[in-house]
Amino acid sequence: MHAIEILGLEKTYSIGFWRKRPKRALHPLHLAIEDGEIFGFLGPNGAGKTTTLKMLMGLVFPSGGSARILGMELDDPRMKAQIGFLPEQPYFYDYLTARELLRYYGQLSGVDSRQLSSSVNAVLEKVGLRDAMNVQLRKFSKGMLQRAGIAQAILHDPKVVFLDEPMSGLDPMGRREVRSLIEELKEEGKTVFFSTHILSDAEALCDRVAVINLGQLRGVGAVADLTSGVKGKVEIVWQGSAVPAAIKSSGGETHVAGETTRAVISEQDQDAAIDALRRDRLRLISVTPVRASLEDYFMAQLRLGAEEAVTR
Amino acid sequence: MNSRIWHIATNTFREAVRDRVLYNLIAFALLMSGAAVLVGQISIGIERLVVINLGLTAVSLFGIVIAIFIGIGLVSKEIEKRTLYTVLSRPVRRWEFVAGKFFGLSGTLIVNTFFMAIGVFVALLYVSHSFKHADTGILIALYFIVLQFLIITALALLFSSFSSPLLSAVFAFALFVIGTFAEDLRGFASLTHGVTRWLATGAAYLVPNFSALNVISQVAHESSVSRQLIAYNTAYALVYTIAVLSATALVFERRNLK
Ligand SMILES: Nc1ncnc2c1ncn2[C@@H]1O[C@H](COP(=O)(O)OP(=O)(O)O)[C@@H](O)[C@H]1O
Ligand SMILES: [Mg+2]
Repeated sequence: MHAIEILGLEKTYSIGFWRKRPKRALHPLHLAIEDGEIFGFLGPNGAGKTTTLKMLMGLVFPSGGSARILGMELDDPRMKAQIGFLPEQPYFYDYLTARELLRYYGQLSGVDSRQLSSSVNAVLEKVGLRDAMNVQLRKFSKGMLQRAGIAQAILHDPKVVFLDEPMSGLDPMGRREVRSLIEELKEEGKTVFFSTHILSDAEALCDRVAVINLGQLRGVGAVADLTSGVKGKVEIVWQGSAVPAAIKSSGGETHVAGETTRAVISEQDQDAAIDALRRDRLRLISVTPVRASLEDYFMAQLRLGAEEAVTR
Repeated sequence: MNSRIWHIATNTFREAVRDRVLYNLIAFALLMSGAAVLVGQISIGIERLVVINLGLTAVSLFGIVIAIFIGIGLVSKEIEKRTLYTVLSRPVRRWEFVAGKFFGLSGTLIVNTFFMAIGVFVALLYVSHSFKHADTGILIALYFIVLQFLIITALALLFSSFSSPLLSAVFAFALFVIGTFAEDLRGFASLTHGVTRWLATGAAYLVPNFSALNVISQVAHESSVSRQLIAYNTAYALVYTIAVLSATALVFERRNLK
């Protein structure tokens, strides 16, 4: 059984007050997320990530398609007891303290009352809010709210955790903590589905990622598989400060450092560049492939999407 | 009541208390003591009448204002601030949320009314030095006032589930005022003919009948309230409230959150 199964979910908002116009936020989306996976949902702002998550959480109703979580319908309370959700830029009842908020959410999720206090304390400890547990949320900073948000998402020991931009609004230290928290969730056997527009976070964490742009899925797979198809770059280093015309014209950047010159060019220009160096009698020192990153793949997909949008 | 509705209700109550809603009691206490002292001085045998009339009218108006001003924000504010996201992604059904909010605000109003009622009785004791048997009528009038609160709370919730707070407040106040003249409206309707009569009667019966629920001056004049009226008003308020809450749940059930 898949942890999450999205079968052609789509959403068209109608915008405008007097004359309603349709606005397509998500084209029919098909995705299946395995049990125990950390799955990254990547896309720039406005791609449709939040819309997808809101439909999965039953906050917004799809214009078409359907989805199942843990094999159950989206409005099934038994399923909802087993999932956690961190909204984008979460906001909570600010008249409550962190502890009161978590107790309340625990009660709503049906956490056993005898176990509630210890669950709340443990999760506050885990996200580093132990010292602030009796402070009203109106006095929380953005980073602290994000931590409270993560706490409420994992408080009731859910099987599947949905996080919308979990690292946004956090300092580098906080991001690292969230990253290790997500890794811990995986070790506990949970499935994590998180959206982000920050690629390095996804690259370090995810078993698989999906890339969406303008409401359309552009690719799904393991990071290594996705990036292997991307035309890579190579770094060439040679002796001397002369730069052959062929390398200049290939458009790569060149840096002269002391006795040597370094250029990064695309893989396909590699042979021509080496020939040019030989012709000019410059001594080649090294040729190193630069590993294609998720970012290269991502940028390539976005360019593709933009071209399609123009030609359509 | 299931446990989720109970927890949402108690949280709503807690929010009202922390937002200092009960501070209205201070204003009420000042009003009652001022009135009692003033009436005591110009004593011409109508102290009781004045204190009961003024006291119960104030109880009703204070409560209506609170019911409307909190009621209109109960749903819309949670949508606006997106606090609903982390509630509705839990095993909470949307109708349970509506019910919890309703019970929470109703509970707040009942507690508030309880304290105001004490104020009225203290003022009454101050001006007339004793209670009469007829004063039990005051309890019935208070009960009817609470029934009005239930209806207006449900209406405020209904408006708040599909329109902006400002519009909701206007609708709710308008309905309250019209409802106060519900029986006159029914009278006018019966004087018209044909389709107009049909429509006017429908409209007159659709607005909440607050005239039947207002026995303040009757009680102040020490005339008794019939058992039939108590039974009728109870049934009326319950049916009306449940109908409005069901409509609210239906509207809210289909709503896309911002
Ligand atoms: N409530 C709404 N009404 C109209 N358009 C919306 C609404 N919510 C989102 N959109 C539009 O849908 C698109 C996708 O938005 P969103 O899902 O928030 O993207 P992301 O989370 O990837 O940044 C955007 O173009 C956005 O403007
Ligand atoms: Mg988003």
